[in-house]
Amino acid sequence: MTDHEHSNLHPDDPDTTGHSWDGIQEFNNPLPRWWLWCFYATIVWGIVYTVMYPAWPMISGATPGVLGYSTRAEVAEEIDRFEALNADLRTQITEVELASVNREDTPELYNYSIQAGASTFATWCSQCHGRGAAGVQASGYPNLLDDDWLWGGTVEEIHDTIAHGIRNEDDPDARWSEMTAFDDILTDEEIAQVVNYVLDISDQEADATLASAGETVFLDNCAACHGDEGMGDRVLGAPNLTDRIWLYGGTPEAIEETVRHSRFGVMPSWSGRLSEADIRATAIYVHGLGGGE
Amino acid sequence: MLDYVKLPILGLIAVGAAIAANYGLDLAYKIHAIIIMLVAGGLFLWQLRRTGEPAIPVPAGEYMDGPVKAAAIATVFWGVTGFLVGVVIAFQLAFPVLNFEWAQPYLNFGRLRPLHTSAVIFAFGGNALIAAVFYIGQRTCAVRQWGGNLSWFVFWGYQLFIVLAATGYVLGSTQGQEYAEPEWYVDLWLTIVWVAFLLTYLGTIMTRKEPHIYVANWFLLSFIVTVALLHLVNNMSIPVSIWGSRSVQVFSGVQNAMTQWWYGHNAVGFFLTAGFLGMMYYFVPKQAERPVYSYKLSIIHFWALIFLYIWAGPHHLHYTALPDWASTLGMVFSVVLWMPSWGGMINGLMTLQGAWDKLRTDPILRMMVTSLAFYGMSTFEGPMMSIRAVNSLSHYTDWTIGHVHSGALGWNGLVTFGMLYYLFPKLWNRKALYSMRAVSWHFWLATVGIVLYASSMWVTGIMEGLMWREVDAQGFLVNSFADTVDAKLPMYVVRGLGGVLFLSGALIMAWNLWMTVRKGEAIADTHSAVPAE
Repeated sequence: MTDHEHSNLHPDDPDTTGHSWDGIQEFNNPLPRWWLWCFYATIVWGIVYTVMYPAWPMISGATPGVLGYSTRAEVAEEIDRFEALNADLRTQITEVELASVNREDTPELYNYSIQAGASTFATWCSQCHGRGAAGVQASGYPNLLDDDWLWGGTVEEIHDTIAHGIRNEDDPDARWSEMTAFDDILTDEEIAQVVNYVLDISDQEADATLASAGETVFLDNCAACHGDEGMGDRVLGAPNLTDRIWLYGGTPEAIEETVRHSRFGVMPSWSGRLSEADIRATAIYVHGLGGGE
Repeated sequence: MLDYVKLPILGLIAVGAAIAANYGLDLAYKIHAIIIMLVAGGLFLWQLRRTGEPAIPVPAGEYMDGPVKAAAIATVFWGVTGFLVGVVIAFQLAFPVLNFEWAQPYLNFGRLRPLHTSAVIFAFGGNALIAAVFYIGQRTCAVRQWGGNLSWFVFWGYQLFIVLAATGYVLGSTQGQEYAEPEWYVDLWLTIVWVAFLLTYLGTIMTRKEPHIYVANWFLLSFIVTVALLHLVNNMSIPVSIWGSRSVQVFSGVQNAMTQWWYGHNAVGFFLTAGFLGMMYYFVPKQAERPVYSYKLSIIHFWALIFLYIWAGPHHLHYTALPDWASTLGMVFSVVLWMPSWGGMINGLMTLQGAWDKLRTDPILRMMVTSLAFYGMSTFEGPMMSIRAVNSLSHYTDWTIGHVHSGALGWNGLVTFGMLYYLFPKLWNRKALYSMRAVSWHFWLATVGIVLYASSMWVTGIMEGLMWREVDAQGFLVNSFADTVDAKLPMYVVRGLGGVLFLSGALIMAWNLWMTVRKGEAIADTHSAVPAE
């Protein structure tokens, strides 16, 4: 008892415990009733809850609870419910001719494919192709909304691209082609010429002298894949160079970079990761985005 | 005599650290070795110069307030630092471009985030608790701090821990356990400092002149003892090499997760709750100048709180690989914990009975009362979020972040500010704070900041949870993860602004405390004398 100053007490205050620490005293108030009863109530609730649900660890396992509740069983049940609900449609989609699925003739199957495809696309494809499927311009992630296709825009062709991917090492059926890097093959002058030729055929501003000299360079080195007219070749995934839709940009600098060092865009194979039904649904979804052939 | 033992030890540490810096396998380890070498070398020289000098007599009749002052200053410094990093990472989340290319990898979100959490919890909160333990312990035991300069060792040792932890995060050294990120040698150092902390405190309590131990000391002692236990168990790891910062945890898989959240939840329970309740139990009755409301309530809620808190950890792992029975128990203990937590709030708030009028005139008391209100709110929100069904919506969302911050900013922040406003004039013998208006400004900036923070996180957290679970009629997820990130942007900006307000308040406080010491009206020292028996 080092401090006997009781000046902070009021006349009608309850009793204190009689201690004082550095001037701090304590009232001898009882526990607030509502607090005590709430505390008891939570304890009773807690005991009841642990009887109802898996709770107390014993020697060979925990008490299972009288309700037989299990989070894992709950999830499994929900998954089973939807799988049962969709089972017929999933079988159908794996068996049907893809091109025959459309809004008018097979509305239920079409609707299912769009829903499933949209969900799969959002989870697995949107990272590169964007949430709205518009790709990432000039960064090598193609826009899937337009009708400019590298490897083909029919629903079957889209399906093959999704199933096997492009230029990956995992799938023997991946679409494959490789543009030559011309840095060591062509002279700087020839590169300038062919770049201007490509600018010219894509209707952009180009140096006329260089461009006309570039035609020969193009026909000798590029036409084998991109075609004499520069219209591209879908069998080889060689882009059309005349349509002003660019995968890696159409500026003189970007085209020169492509000619010198080439490009090598990779898409993973999904056949190992997604079910055939999901891949097919995604193909129908992408086909329906606007550019499908 | 002791001086001649210290010298070779410090010399050996300096040389050992130099060798470690030479053989170090990674950057963080090398830089840490250099820091330790410089600290030990500097101490060696300092020790050398004063060895053999006549010892300065210890003023036995005075409280030892040097370490309290140092810890109070450190609280302000680390608080402002921690809040600033918090504001930076809040805006990094809203605008990822702020993860500047030139600053990679050191200042990306992933490295700054543990820097922020550790700075506010362990540097700001830890120093506040050190100041509280040293100050309250001496006053309520009516005895000078036990152990002499051991308290200085605790203070400086703890600052070294903070510096090693913070630089480690930025340099990429982490053991990946949330709130326990520092690597093995930093953990070992903290263990030594913590044992010294426990000893000074136990010594003070055991040599006390008061017949009984005041309630604040029960809470503070339980905080120190339990944090020691938590720290030792959750940091059990085996270093890959003594020359590197990497280590491997002893527990793996779900055992590791359970140990981690037993630790993580009780870091909240014993560091941020029990410790700060100890602080509250001294400074609220002091500031209100009223007796504590109920002695009985303080006993019951203390024992109930520390008994129940330690079991509540599994509620962080609902719907994971953790078995359902553990998850149920975690939830039940969390809900039963509700009333024991509120016991502290009731005892604090009801202490104002007969002094409510002071709230009109005293912004410091207003700050303490608001902190108790936030304490009450977050200790209701916590048990609610631990309920499995609620948790299935709230878990992994920003709701959790909002919950943590209404507790950390509202409860821990405001009660600490209250303590600092009380302590600075007392410790530096000033008549009053430099500016009460500035305290009022701080109060409002902080409170509005917290409200913006908490409400924006409720909105975005619940929205995010609903978007994640939204499925269409055929069971397909409607939203991608990126959709939820996109939808959260406006709320992220609001949260960042809340942080800016809170930080501005803290800066005003730092200025106000500085001016109090520099310009405040000096009064005679009536505060540091130990009362005669």
